[in-house]
Amino acid sequence: MKARIYVSLKPTVLDPQGQTIRSALTSLGFAGVAEVRQGKFFEIELDGLVRTEAERQLEQIAQDVLANPVIEEYRVEILD
Amino acid sequence: MRFGVVVFPGSNCDHDAWYAISRNLGCPAEFIWHQSQSLGNVDAVILPGGFSYGDYLRCGAIAKFSPVMAAVRRFAADGGLVLGICNGFQILAESGLLPGALIRNRGLKFICRQVELETVTANSPFTCLASKGQTLRMPIAHGEGCYYADERTLDELEAEDRVVFRYRDNPNGSLRDIAGILNRERNVMGLMPHPERATEPLMGSSDGLLVFRSMAAAFAVR
Repeated sequence: MKARIYVSLKPTVLDPQGQTIRSALTSLGFAGVAEVRQGKFFEIELDGLVRTEAERQLEQIAQDVLANPVIEEYRVEILD
Repeated sequence: MRFGVVVFPGSNCDHDAWYAISRNLGCPAEFIWHQSQSLGNVDAVILPGGFSYGDYLRCGAIAKFSPVMAAVRRFAADGGLVLGICNGFQILAESGLLPGALIRNRGLKFICRQVELETVTANSPFTCLASKGQTLRMPIAHGEGCYYADERTLDELEAEDRVVFRYRDNPNGSLRDIAGILNRERNVMGLMPHPERATEPLMGSSDGLLVFRSMAAAFAVR
């Protein structure tokens, strides 16, 4: 089973990397780029788990390890 | 008074802390490996600066799961003095021993230079020998030192007199200029600047020694 966990900064947290990318895009001539927020995703492959257990584990991995709930939010996506 | 300095793989200010305590403060100091389940018989613990576990994922994110951190949690819950410097502050925040988080500097650059700090409170075991408002000079060296917490937490920190140090001239975008904070019980402090790198004239400042002297004085009267 494959899954992706997307982690991004909460909208209330300043993202200086995203801001720098936005201004780079603007200076490269891409018109109309209003905002860029940078995040990351993790591709995870799980073996030998029933789906409900896999989902539970992915949720726990995202919540406890991959994201810091103080500054980040996450989304778990099951690919197959 | 006996100090323990925790050593994570990737710590690089552990020897600086050891030197500051044993040579310039004059107290015994020992290293504690990150896989230790116990802190031995130390009276205070220092989580030093560096890049624990390579700072992969997020600064301090992997370190919080190390065996020694379970021991640090118990030690803190029993009222032991815990000081987290730079990466140590990030680890304390990741572990939930201190509120908030340290994120990328607003200007994106790693900053390594001397800064001036305002001592916001002397009501702590880490600043009891300083006076409120006193300026201390010590260096910072970090890429992720921008203190972030939600408004409610920031208000709470201020209302409870838990902001210990503020930058006189905010170098990294930290909210409300915060450079160091206390837990509610006031026995755990995290700060981004390096007091251990300001403990003798040759280092350019001896102001950081005040933090360690305060800890020794606070320990002596309890």
